[in-house]
Amino acid sequence: MTFFTTTARATALALLTTLGASAAQADQKLLPAQSEIAFVSKQMGVPVEGRFRKFDAQIAFDPAKPQTGKIAFSIDIASITLGSPEPDAELPKAPWFNTAKFPQATFHSASIKGLGGGKFEVVGKLTIKGNILDAVIPVTLVQTGTTTTASGTFTIKRLAYKIGENEWADTSMVADAVQVKFKLALSGVGKL
Amino acid sequence: MITDSASRRYHGFAIAMHWILAIALVILFILGHYMADLPFSPQRLKLYNWHKWAGVTMLLLSAVRLAWRLTHRPPGLPQAVTLPMPGWQKQAYKATHVVMYALFFIVPLVGWAYSSAAGFPIVLFGVLPLPDFVSASKPLAELIKPWHELSANTLAALVVLHVAAAVKHHFIDKDGLLDRMRPGRT
Repeated sequence: MTFFTTTARATALALLTTLGASAAQADQKLLPAQSEIAFVSKQMGVPVEGRFRKFDAQIAFDPAKPQTGKIAFSIDIASITLGSPEPDAELPKAPWFNTAKFPQATFHSASIKGLGGGKFEVVGKLTIKGNILDAVIPVTLVQTGTTTTASGTFTIKRLAYKIGENEWADTSMVADAVQVKFKLALSGVGKL
Repeated sequence: MITDSASRRYHGFAIAMHWILAIALVILFILGHYMADLPFSPQRLKLYNWHKWAGVTMLLLSAVRLAWRLTHRPPGLPQAVTLPMPGWQKQAYKATHVVMYALFFIVPLVGWAYSSAAGFPIVLFGVLPLPDFVSASKPLAELIKPWHELSANTLAALVVLHVAAAVKHHFIDKDGLLDRMRPGRT
């Protein structure tokens, strides 16, 4: 009886320890239904909004120790849409994203810095269409219940990634600067 | 004293507006039909934006023109024209002008609404964002789409009728009707 209780206690403790450790490591999950990655490009001054429907993230991040955090992000480029069939048919082609050769865009964090007030600066490598460039991404965390929402806006230069080549490289038609807006709902992030 | 020929002519401002908008209308009509069949390309994007900028400019000029028309009585038709004219032709003459004026506003406004509904707000000359008076919505865009072309084609048909009638009066009836709208000469 005593032996059984002790064993049960030890097992329970071991289980709790394991759970605790994994909670800090891998239990942070992206909630895709509540997340969104959108972008705004300008065509002859006209803001045109688009978005990606499929993306995923691997996150190990503790707001108390942001510098030890790691974020890996991937976007399924073929899930891009501007909301109308004509550009949607063109964007996967070679002059734009060449999804046959480069199906994914990825981001891997190199460092995360806490700026206070739920704000963080994530520095890392952004890879689009096989071009790898440094990116600095500001992130603001807001927590409601068990959900943490990470949001932010940053600008990329599309030509640096060769998005829109040949006749589409003309920035008087499509501006070089593309604003990226993200809102990522995460579960399992520790308290701010 | 106002001479007979001077009183029968339109004001110089009205004449200028008539011809500027007439030329713009023909160009925009042809451009609209041409660009709609182009494949996705920078050229198509450019022409669409030019078409929208020109359309909004025409809308503004039409508003100025209508304000002028309502505050300045146009010269009545010469007696040489009205006397042999049957009643139905007088009705048709009035109706054509009223409907053309209405379409000067309807055609660009429907085009503007379609652009907004399709999610492409108009930025005039690439610098001045215009308001969207309908929200971006795919079903709404599909609903509006045929009406821009349909109303433009109706306006084009009325323009053909208008030109045919004017030419018939001037060259067949030889009643000098075109002199009222001829630019430059008084």
